[in-house]
Amino acid sequence: MQYAAPETGQQAAQLLAEGTGISRVLAGGTDILVQMKAGMIEPDLLVDIKNIKGIRDITPEDGGFRIGAAVSGAELNEHAGVCAMWPGVAEAFDLIGSTQVQGRCTLAGNLCNASPAADSVPAIVAAGAIARITGPNGDRDCPVGDIPIAPGKTSLAKGEFVSSILLPARPANASDAYLRFIPRTEMDIAVCSVGVSLTLDASGICTHARVALGAVAPTVLLVEDAANALIGSKLDDAALAALGAACTAACKPINDKRGTIAFREDVTAVLAKRAAGIAQQRAGGPL
Amino acid sequence: MSKLHITTSINGDQTEFLCNSDESLLDVLRDRLHLTGAKEGCGSGDCGACSVTLNGRLVCSCLVLAAETEGAEIATIEGMADGEKLHPLQRKFLEHAALQCGVCTPGILVAAKALLEKNPDPTETELRYWLAGNLCRCTGYDKIINAVMDAAAEMRGA
Repeated sequence: MQYAAPETGQQAAQLLAEGTGISRVLAGGTDILVQMKAGMIEPDLLVDIKNIKGIRDITPEDGGFRIGAAVSGAELNEHAGVCAMWPGVAEAFDLIGSTQVQGRCTLAGNLCNASPAADSVPAIVAAGAIARITGPNGDRDCPVGDIPIAPGKTSLAKGEFVSSILLPARPANASDAYLRFIPRTEMDIAVCSVGVSLTLDASGICTHARVALGAVAPTVLLVEDAANALIGSKLDDAALAALGAACTAACKPINDKRGTIAFREDVTAVLAKRAAGIAQQRAGGPL
Repeated sequence: MSKLHITTSINGDQTEFLCNSDESLLDVLRDRLHLTGAKEGCGSGDCGACSVTLNGRLVCSCLVLAAETEGAEIATIEGMADGEKLHPLQRKFLEHAALQCGVCTPGILVAAKALLEKNPDPTETELRYWLAGNLCRCTGYDKIINAVMDAAAEMRGA
C-alpha cells in the first residue's frame, strides 16, 4: 500500500484520480483503518488529507461556519460558535464513539463512510449543510444528503473527496436537535435517529423546518411531510402527532439484531416529537 | 516497498523510526520502539487499551497509522511517572486496588490524565462517560472511578 500526504487539495484529487487500484481517503481513520484491519478492504493507495492547508480549520463564512474535512469531533465540540449556532449538529457528532474516537473522527468521514446509522448525518441533512467536493477539475458544492447513495456507497466520482462542509447561517429564533435510540447509554450504534432543524416567527409559529431520519432506510431520509406537519403550527399536540405519523410513514427499516421494523417505526415517531420540542426550546419557544 | 522514515516526539524525546505504510502507531510503539505499556486489546478502537495522546488529543494508537505521526507529539504511559516518582493517578490506582490483571490500566491512566488536564474537577458522571471507551473486565469500574476521583481531589489540593 502506498501512503501519500499531499499538501494541497488538487494534489490529493490528482493522486486519487490517477490511482489504478483501490484508493481511499484517510482523515480520522476511525472507519477506514478498522475496515483495513478486518480485511474488508485492502487499499493500494491511501491519501491522508490532513496535511492540506486549512483542512483542520473551522472558518466563519457568510454567517455560518465552514468545517474542514479533518476537523475532529473533539475540536468541533470545543468551538463555542458552532455549538451555539448548531447545537443539534454538535450533539449528534459528539455521540459518535468514545473519547478516543472523538479525538480523530470527522464529519466528512461520517458522511462518506455512508453508514445508514451515521449519527451526524441526519443532523447535517436537517441543517441543510453543503459539502464542498474537491476533484481533479476543481471544486463543486453539493447538499450533504446527496452524497450517501447506498450503505457504504457515495455519489463521489473517482478523484473526488469532500474537503469541507458548510453549516449555513441561520436566522434568529431558530435551532436544531438530534436524538437517537440505543439500548444502552454510550458507545453504541443508532437503532433509529432523528435530526430536526426549525425556525420560529415572532409569535412562535414554525415557519421553516427540516426533519431527517437515520438508521431506518438504506440512506438518511429527509422527510418533507414531517417538516410540513410542523410549519404553520406552534408545535401543538396535533402538529406533533402529524409529525410522528409522517416519520413513521417515511421509515423503510429492516429487522435486525438491534431492532425490529415495528419498533423502529414507533420509536422514530417518539424521537421526532421530542427532538422537535428540544429544537423549539432552543429556538426560544414556545413563544 | 521501501520503508517510511518518520521523525516524531515521544514523551518529549525526539524519536526516529522506519515503518511500513500500513503499520499502526501501536505496532511501532510496541514492536519497534519496545514501549510495551500500550496494549492491543481489540485492535479496532473499542477497548482503549492502546490509548495515547497525539498532539494532546486522546486517541487509540491502534487506529493511527505510524506514517501519520511525522512531526507529531505523542505521549504514552511510559512518560507518566517522573522517574521513580509515580503520578498521583498511578499512586491512587495502587491505593484503591483499581487494577487486577492490568491490561486496561495503562490506557485508563492515560485517558484519565487527559481528562484531568482538561477538567480538573469532573463529576463522576463526566468521568464515567469520558472513560466509556476504556473497557475493564476485572474491576467492575467502581475502584477505577474512586481512584481517579481521589487523585483529582489530591491534584486540585496540591
